[in-house]
Amino acid sequence: MPEVIDHRPNRQPPPVKRDPAPSRLQYRLERMWLRPIWRRAVRIGVPAFLIAMTAGLWLADEDRRAVLTDGVHQVVRKVQSREEFQVTTMVVEGASPVVDKALRAMLPVDLPASSFDIDLTALRLQVMQLDVIESIDLRIKPGGILSAVVKEREPAILWRHARGIEILDRNGHRVASVTARDVRPDLPLIAGEGADLAVPEALALMDAAGPILPRVRGLVRRGERRWDLMLDHGQRIMLPATGAVIAMEAAMALDRAQDMLGRDITAVDLRNPSRPVLRLGIDARNTIREARGEPLLGPDGKVLQEEEKKKGG
Amino acid sequence: MAELYQTQRAMRNIRRAALQRGVIGILDIGTSKIACLVLRFDGTGTFRETDGVGPMAGQVNFRVIGAASTRSRGMRRGEIEVMAETERAIRTVVAAAQKVAGVRVDHVIACLSGGRPASYGLAGEITLDAGRVQDHDVASVLAACDAPDFGRGREVLHAQPVNFAVDNRTGLGDPRDHVGNRLACDMHVLTVDGDVIGNLVQCIRRCDLELAGIASASYASARAALVEDEQELGAACIDFGGGGTGVSIFVKKHMIFADNVKIGGQLVTQDIAQGLRVPLPVAERLKTLSGGVEATGRDDRDMLEIDGGSDDWDGRRRSVSRADLIGIMRPRVEEILEGVREVLDAAGFDSMPSQQIVLTGAGSQIPGLDGLAARILGPNIRCGRPLRIDGLAHQFTDPGFSSAVGLALFAAHPQDEWWDFEMPANTYPARSLRRAYRWFKNNW
Repeated sequence: MPEVIDHRPNRQPPPVKRDPAPSRLQYRLERMWLRPIWRRAVRIGVPAFLIAMTAGLWLADEDRRAVLTDGVHQVVRKVQSREEFQVTTMVVEGASPVVDKALRAMLPVDLPASSFDIDLTALRLQVMQLDVIESIDLRIKPGGILSAVVKEREPAILWRHARGIEILDRNGHRVASVTARDVRPDLPLIAGEGADLAVPEALALMDAAGPILPRVRGLVRRGERRWDLMLDHGQRIMLPATGAVIAMEAAMALDRAQDMLGRDITAVDLRNPSRPVLRLGIDARNTIREARGEPLLGPDGKVLQEEEKKKGG
Repeated sequence: MAELYQTQRAMRNIRRAALQRGVIGILDIGTSKIACLVLRFDGTGTFRETDGVGPMAGQVNFRVIGAASTRSRGMRRGEIEVMAETERAIRTVVAAAQKVAGVRVDHVIACLSGGRPASYGLAGEITLDAGRVQDHDVASVLAACDAPDFGRGREVLHAQPVNFAVDNRTGLGDPRDHVGNRLACDMHVLTVDGDVIGNLVQCIRRCDLELAGIASASYASARAALVEDEQELGAACIDFGGGGTGVSIFVKKHMIFADNVKIGGQLVTQDIAQGLRVPLPVAERLKTLSGGVEATGRDDRDMLEIDGGSDDWDGRRRSVSRADLIGIMRPRVEEILEGVREVLDAAGFDSMPSQQIVLTGAGSQIPGLDGLAARILGPNIRCGRPLRIDGLAHQFTDPGFSSAVGLALFAAHPQDEWWDFEMPANTYPARSLRRAYRWFKNNW
């Protein structure tokens, strides 16, 4: 028996000892937590799901989406319209006034504008569709300058075809259209289907025809394979499909030596280079026929037989 | 026997699956303490000289990654008394070990100390048809062992082939491919109460764990505490536990006897509590901190302050001499050792070639125990600590954990048991043949 009994009023009962064993639920949860797949799912999956769900719920409202996109756009615009990104002037080098004006008109925005609004690649593709421009170098230089260095195509030849007359450069690419031959009398003229595909050869032929250039009216493409050099007085030089320049030089040599083209000849046929053929004019042939005593030819090239017979009869 | 064969084989398969997964738990459920080790089998087989750890007798293919121990609950004399309490204790210790290891434990190997173990030495003999021993002959000779009636409700815990003999040549460890006409074997069978095992299995299953093996606690502690030479030459291992004292005898690396003395350290604590009129925790503390079995003159002057722990005035502070404490402890320890002596005598330990006795278990740390044991048991006494295993923390290396360490060794390298050999075909139950016949009839 205890001799001294504690009668203090607010005596605390001894604390109940906690059971150190985990409860079955806690034990199972701990074991589940030790599974790597479960742990990964909770550590990555649940936060990701929560973030996605919050964002989705917030964005489900139309007004909030509009506010968000507006805010983003405003920030973007604010940055893009800063002084540092402004393009104030456009400098065009190496272009004729017409092309210069066309280029400035092609620019999709009014200057000054932000450099983010100018899509240089698209602009370049658009400009390159102009036939007159061979190449263009577009860039935005520091100081807000849009610089365009243009190389124009040089007009080299005129091409008359069924739909009109076009100016071509030395590679046969179209430069511009003209309404009449008299607009550019300094350029040689070619004609015929497919003539634009053989412009370099035509230019070489024109160079070779130097001595008779005042008489040359133009080159005609025949059958998209060979050239005819047309001269005044209805004369023409028929050139072969291959080796046309050499044949031309041969014709020039003949002309220089014997004044061939000054005579009554309608055509010089050089299509077979080893055997040049001359077609005489109607007067020359009649002179020969007269000397031989043969019936004369009419202006259409037919024999005047009826009249002879009538005269003879 | 066939049913047991199937369950044990199933446990072996679970153990193999656990080893493939790489993590296995060790659950040593004792009367006073429950310990759990988590082993990782990574199979590297490397050891680091820098850790001061030697090659460790080949136990290098696993390491301990988590360990925990706590006070046992609901256990009495190595048997489960209150299932729910024991289940809580298992949950506590498994949760703690898992927390340390950071991995989930699904498969455990447990040990059983109580359950009235009984050892049987069985002998079997067959004639060899082929003139030499083949694989199936080993299984046949094991199946030919004539089993005595173990009694009702007894389960076989271990059935280890100890010795093989071909004709006149005996002492063979592996008889395969030996030429001869007659194969004989000796098998050691350890049986325990089936209900005790059933309770243990049920407890472990209720903690969501799968049982991958079960071993006798005396066997496990002997595997950890006996060094290889002692196992080979013959030795007895005495495991002083809380609720019982396990005795096992090894020779030629095989256990040939195991038994349990039902007096343990808890009885000593009870004696102290009754003799000094102190609560049990105080008595336990006195026993572990100042206990002993050999009183000297100095112990009379060595006064111990006892905090009675109760609220009353006179129980609060007293002092007893250490000689009083020793005087209470010594008769009980002597009684334990006498019990062990009886068990050893019954097992015929005197006729063993080697009389080595190894004391282990938490009770073997009583100062002076080896001197007392030498007087009662025999001259060759040593106190054994468990084998070093990789990664085990220092506080788990004292003798009290030798059965846990032994279970870890058992998990890594189980000795051949009867169920590790293929059962001979003629002893298959006829039911399965009938089932096969029915299957063929239905499907062809």
